[in-house]
Amino acid sequence: MNTTTPAANPSGARMRPGARTLAVTSGKGGVGKTFVTANLAAALAARGQKVLVLDADLGLANLDVVLNLHPKLTLHDVFTDKATLDQAILPAPGGFSVLLAGSGMVEYSRLTPEVRDKLLHIVELVKPRFDWVLLDTGAGISDVVLFAVSLASDVLVVATPEPTSLTDAYATIKVLATQQGRRHVGLVVNQASRAGEGKMICGQLQQVLQRFVAAIPGQSFKLELQGEVRNDVSVRQAVLKRQLLLEHFPGSEAAQGIKALALKMLG
Amino acid sequence: MVAAAQDSVNSRVNPSLFPPLFGITPLLDCRHTFGSLLDSSLHPPSLIDARDLQLDLALQLLQQAGALLPEAEPYSAEWLQGLLDALCDLSSKDALTGLVNRRSFEMSLSREVDRVARSGEPALLLMVDIDHFKAVNDSYGHVAGDMVIQAVARSIGQTVRPMDTVARVGGEEFAIILPNCPSTYGATVAERLRERVAEQKVEVATGQMLQVTVSLGGAFAPQWVRSSSLLWIERADRQLYRAKAEGRNRACLEPQTDSLVSAEEKGMLFAVTQQDSE
Repeated sequence: MNTTTPAANPSGARMRPGARTLAVTSGKGGVGKTFVTANLAAALAARGQKVLVLDADLGLANLDVVLNLHPKLTLHDVFTDKATLDQAILPAPGGFSVLLAGSGMVEYSRLTPEVRDKLLHIVELVKPRFDWVLLDTGAGISDVVLFAVSLASDVLVVATPEPTSLTDAYATIKVLATQQGRRHVGLVVNQASRAGEGKMICGQLQQVLQRFVAAIPGQSFKLELQGEVRNDVSVRQAVLKRQLLLEHFPGSEAAQGIKALALKMLG
Repeated sequence: MVAAAQDSVNSRVNPSLFPPLFGITPLLDCRHTFGSLLDSSLHPPSLIDARDLQLDLALQLLQQAGALLPEAEPYSAEWLQGLLDALCDLSSKDALTGLVNRRSFEMSLSREVDRVARSGEPALLLMVDIDHFKAVNDSYGHVAGDMVIQAVARSIGQTVRPMDTVARVGGEEFAIILPNCPSTYGATVAERLRERVAEQKVEVATGQMLQVTVSLGGAFAPQWVRSSSLLWIERADRQLYRAKAEGRNRACLEPQTDSLVSAEEKGMLFAVTQQDSE
């Protein structure tokens, strides 16, 4: 896998000028990956950062649904030279920019050399123009997802306390460690039912990773808890209204979690 | 009794083959009355008469290719089926070696990609290329070249398992799909193939023996990952180039890391989960 991913060396990617690139991924779908991405972008923007969210969920893009946007031009148009990058980068509520995949991208849901080159090209083009580029990847561990993650200097894995989510998060982290040579992966635990659950889950995952991944010679590995977002009725309300939690319920417990996550990311 | 018979008729009759146009449908409803009449008309009317088909070319093609012709009564359904099967077989094979051809190989590879994505089984793709084949053609002629290709194809065929797919994908290039091939065996399998070809002597003319070597490149399919067969070929090809660049007559495999989540890992993950939630 390493040989097929041009930006497989995360430390190499970090050296480049321009934006910090952060891939948000999860393994399992429906754990709030896009929700976390969009609200993290808003929280970073509120801190004066210039943020772009790139919808790298090529097969089943839904960032537009989450943000209630109806884009006329999307990544698809950029891919097919029907639009320039400037035309397709749109302002989103929350003060950040988005580059949406839009529907009709199903043909790109398999990683072909063509899709790979185009995605790589676009990320390289947007990097100098932002402080942060967040890549919202698809669910699963398809190689489109792995490739999108390989484009980013940092990875944030979103997991919920559910066993299926934990297994898939573990599988994703393991693949990132063994196939992409990642030494460091961030974790955000979404829908935590009590304070401290994030820390506990991170500890569990780290323990298994320590035994099965870090035990491989030359594979030291650190999973770092970057945030915990509490299970909060306001999240559901915001999602149903297709609004950002940070704008609609800025004082909610979950919003506090997102803000703390942004602060941690800013270091 | 009658109801049961009626059911069995209905389940056997495909309505689309039985349009009311033929005026038979009403009879079905009174099968008990016209039982004997219907028994002869139970089979749906044949849509075509096989004897109207122009099959000379197909038969000629099969005969030339030395394919076995169906033994059944000519123009019977069984015979036609045999004929179609033989044609399918012919169009998926390489004429010179009898191996699977490129088109069929690509179909098999796509299927394997999808299977591995679901099953997580390890699967290896090997690309094999005869070393300095142009020199064989130039020095001994194309007939000798063809004999060498056939011999290498035979060697490969004899060295792999029946479940493996061996294809001729280019002039002197072969591809082998090895499903369910544990990553620890990959290098052994590739090395065995290399040795087997290198040992074989090909008699290209009376008393004139030739020995050729092959270079092999291999890559495992990414487990649990939906990928494209094109990328898989690209990765194996890259290893083949490496084998060529490192001096030929060798096998290079892409370094493989196991990405499976074992039962032990799951057990540990959940043992901790359960402990903590108690």
